[in-house]
Amino acid sequence: MKYMLLVYGNENAWTDSERQSCFVESAELTHDLNARGQYLGANPLQPIATATSVRVRDGKRLVTDGPFAETHEQLGGYFLVEAKDLSEAISIAGRIPGARKGTVEIRPMLEIPGLA
Amino acid sequence: MAELDGEQVRQLLADVYRSESRRVFATLVRLLGDFDLAEEALHDAFAAAAEQWSSTGVPDNLRAWLVSAGRFKAIDAIRRRSRFDASLQEIAGRIDTPARPESDGDDIEDDRLRLIFTCCHPALASSAQVALTLREVCGLKTEEIASAFLTTPATIAQRIVRGKAKIRDAGIPYQVPSIADLPERVDSVLSVIYLVFNEGYSASSGESLTRADLSQEAIRLGRLLSEMLPDPEVQGLLALMLLQESRRAARSTAEGDLVLLEDQDRSRWNREQISEGKSLVERALSSGRVSAYTIQAAIAAVHADAAGTATTDWSQIAALYGLLAGVEPSPVVELNRAVAIAMRDGPASGLELIDAILARGDLADYHLSHAARADMCRRLGRTADARASYERALALAKQEPERRFLVRRLQEIG
Repeated sequence: MKYMLLVYGNENAWTDSERQSCFVESAELTHDLNARGQYLGANPLQPIATATSVRVRDGKRLVTDGPFAETHEQLGGYFLVEAKDLSEAISIAGRIPGARKGTVEIRPMLEIPGLA
Repeated sequence: MAELDGEQVRQLLADVYRSESRRVFATLVRLLGDFDLAEEALHDAFAAAAEQWSSTGVPDNLRAWLVSAGRFKAIDAIRRRSRFDASLQEIAGRIDTPARPESDGDDIEDDRLRLIFTCCHPALASSAQVALTLREVCGLKTEEIASAFLTTPATIAQRIVRGKAKIRDAGIPYQVPSIADLPERVDSVLSVIYLVFNEGYSASSGESLTRADLSQEAIRLGRLLSEMLPDPEVQGLLALMLLQESRRAARSTAEGDLVLLEDQDRSRWNREQISEGKSLVERALSSGRVSAYTIQAAIAAVHADAAGTATTDWSQIAALYGLLAGVEPSPVVELNRAVAIAMRDGPASGLELIDAILARGDLADYHLSHAARADMCRRLGRTADARASYERALALAKQEPERRFLVRRLQEIG
């Protein structure tokens, strides 16, 4: 199964050096997953200060500054992995450095036909 | 093959259903990979047995026969439906080729463990874990679970449906967890069992008998788990449940009024449950890995050894609460330790400790801390303080028997 691991946390909780080592550790994790054929993709995201939200209502496009929801913890990155089952996805999530400060939300992908 | 007439087969099937149906179900879930398919296959298997056993004779290995009949019925059903639904063809192909023979005894036991661990997976909501465990592992009807939890069958049914949907869609595996994950996963199973037990135990108000059955069900689950997984923590919980349950007959009056430990008629304690509980505590303690359940069981065992509160080894109880506070720190544990110290050294020392807990703001809204404080004051002859604390406790207590007890105490101190 494919799982999206969404890494949430308070983006101000990291010092620059912590963030750097988080990137290094995350990169190691992606290499390890790749070697096991479980890596589909991963990326950290720029802070929410860069976020833009778009809504289309009555055919009209509305563009606003900011994230979908103002919350204490924000989406800061993701891993997209192939795992046998939820237990395997949980054990991968437990190795994501962001899990130690924030929360990793595991969402199974809904696979539908006809996507490009 | 044994020859039986129709009535004998009906009787046999009723017995087999009681003793084997959840085992057969657990194996069918593994073979079919789906809870609903397995439930349907289980009923088809028993229907086939009712039809065939009186004419062709009773098979030697009933369980294997039922598993195999259930699997074939499910394959037939899926084949029929897959003509209309392409997504079922893949399932039909998969279950057509069994990976392992069903007669393997170890595997069948493993299936029951798989079922328990799956129903108690921490990725499921706690309410779903409880409902799924009682429904799928214990085989209780939705209506029975609902009446035990004082809720509607529709609510319980919804929890079960949502739980099964999450198991399927999130890919919760049907397996016994790896050694690395075992402690966390066992914790989750034990909390479900203890929650079920307490739901049945704390509400023995005499007005809903079905709730006492929940405690029986929890003990049965604890026994089952302890047989399959002889882990000290599991033994500790089973011991704790047995030792608490041993006091059931003595802890309330025929009218459903609460009887405090110190006032209980100890001749009504169930000696059989006590001796089983005590030997389990000893085994769990000797492992060296001491869990909160085991310590609480040890405390209950000290009470069980005494003829009354005067001869209870309160030093040991106070020491055990101290140990418990180290393993699982909580103000409730501190409160219990204070009560034990009051029994050992007199109410003044207990009152000092309770006032310190209350002064921190902990347990200010907990009726038992005020009831305990009231009791210390009463014993010290501080009637006005006792009355104020009983009144505070009464304002906070929710259960009827506890409220009646507090009203009685208030009347007694005048």
